[in-house]
Amino acid sequence: MGSLNTLTVRQAVSQLERGLCSSEELVRDVLAARAAGDGAIHGYLQVDAESALAAAQKADAARAKGAGGRLLGVPVAVKDILNVAGQACRCGSKILEGYVSPYDATAVARLRAEGAVFLGRTNMDEFGMGSSNENSAYGPTHNPWNPAHVPGGSSGGSAAVVAADMALCALGSDTGGSVRQPASFCGCTGLKPSYGRISRFGLTAYASSLDQVGPLVKDVEDAALLLGVMAGVDPHDSSSVDVPVGDYAAACRSSLKGLRVGLPREYFVAGLAPAVEKAIQAAIAECRALGAEVTDVSLPHTSVAIPTYYIIATAEASANLARFDGVRYGNRAADAEDVLDLYGKTRAQGFGPEVKRRIILGTYVLSSGYHDAYYVKAQQVRTLIRRDFEEAFKTCDVLLTPVAPTAAYKLGEKTADPLQMYLGDIFTVPASLAGICGLSVPCGFTPDGLPIGLQVLGPAFGEAAVLRAGGAYQAATDWHLRRPSRRGQA
Amino acid sequence: MASDTLDVPYVARLARLNLSAAETAEFQSQLGQILEYVQAIRGVDVTGVEPTAHAIRVQNVFRDDVPAEGLAMEWILANAPQQADNQFMVPRIVE
Repeated sequence: MGSLNTLTVRQAVSQLERGLCSSEELVRDVLAARAAGDGAIHGYLQVDAESALAAAQKADAARAKGAGGRLLGVPVAVKDILNVAGQACRCGSKILEGYVSPYDATAVARLRAEGAVFLGRTNMDEFGMGSSNENSAYGPTHNPWNPAHVPGGSSGGSAAVVAADMALCALGSDTGGSVRQPASFCGCTGLKPSYGRISRFGLTAYASSLDQVGPLVKDVEDAALLLGVMAGVDPHDSSSVDVPVGDYAAACRSSLKGLRVGLPREYFVAGLAPAVEKAIQAAIAECRALGAEVTDVSLPHTSVAIPTYYIIATAEASANLARFDGVRYGNRAADAEDVLDLYGKTRAQGFGPEVKRRIILGTYVLSSGYHDAYYVKAQQVRTLIRRDFEEAFKTCDVLLTPVAPTAAYKLGEKTADPLQMYLGDIFTVPASLAGICGLSVPCGFTPDGLPIGLQVLGPAFGEAAVLRAGGAYQAATDWHLRRPSRRGQA
Repeated sequence: MASDTLDVPYVARLARLNLSAAETAEFQSQLGQILEYVQAIRGVDVTGVEPTAHAIRVQNVFRDDVPAEGLAMEWILANAPQQADNQFMVPRIVE
């Protein structure tokens, strides 16, 4: 087995362009790494080796004929929530067993148009609902740094396969932190673009006013590359925004000199694990040394972000998941007497406990008599949270914060208490509610050897600023180069 | 509205979601706690604050009314649990 699986996307593209390797060799190395390592990790739900190899050979043939494409022959792993034509898309749920995507999501179609090869489906919390990947109906993913620990969620499979070099890059989706938090837990780089930056067409909806597609990658420059390919307005998604796509690669290579960095004081409070605080403070000191101008800022409504998020997200989920009724696709209960019985039984058999909990809560907050007190009130608080960020970005270009209060916890540690699980999302949900962009980059390890992530937040459509900060930080540090397979050799 | 009660069996019926007795009991206690926690937003003064339905200001988005190719019917029907004559089949709806 070679080691092409350890390359970044840019390194792979460069080797392919110079004829130093073929796409087929690249895909074979990734498949071999997966065969050797995924038994312990369970990052993939499904890999279609044959069709991936066929697509790789096709890419090699196209290259031989002089074809280009920014990702020609590059294998990409895709979270099980995004449609890839001809592949399964089960969203980590039993209810979509047997479903085959009839079309490509726009994010996928744009990667395909640049020559990407689609490897397979990565594991996730059912419909994106969870922070640990333990809500997958197909069994949890394990953290490649320590399989007793969770990889984070909901894009835990995507983060784990990238960290474990079983993929060069992967797509995830982020509703309340589902790209950033698993990136932090697994020691890879993850970007949640601003709401509207990448089309949501073909991304199975969880909470439509929050969902965004985002890349999980080995460094910030790869995030910039994939963002540049996927970003842009799409006639199939009326919430995608026609803001020009920036030169993100150039942004990554700018210096931190003069960048105004804010530290929201509400993010540095009791409850932050000492090892996380230490790593974040060291990262801030590094940025200061690199020329950033660091100041304190305040986001006063941070403490109500989680209740606001869990009202809005569950309300939208209860409406979005109404489509899973056993009529048009997916699993159908066998013994239904009439159509109402069909709905009730299909959904009872098809959904897991966390999805059921959120549907019940979301249905309740939208129900007659409670709609204004919960849903509308939460939307008003959401406005205040958004304004907090707008205020902060008047004096700052980016904000630096922890991604999560702790590093990856053990499997089973929080499953009995859903509320405790929700509280871990405190540093990621405010940005989701505000619709701004956020990047997670590795910035250290706990004494037990688990990765810690630094979150860089930027204003809406300020991806260039967060990529600049993250790129300059990675140019000066080597945390992103550490891999579980090379542990102890650093 | 000091202490709202979330009647799990009632809400589950609204959501067309059959729950077992064990699930009902578990959710009743867990959702009770979660609901108590989300009461925190009650204390926030939102006088005169517009609700945010979308993070970006979404307005009606129009496109030219030009026919374009849709998805092939065979692809869509291929995912149907039960189909006949180019239609989705369901159990009896009316007597």
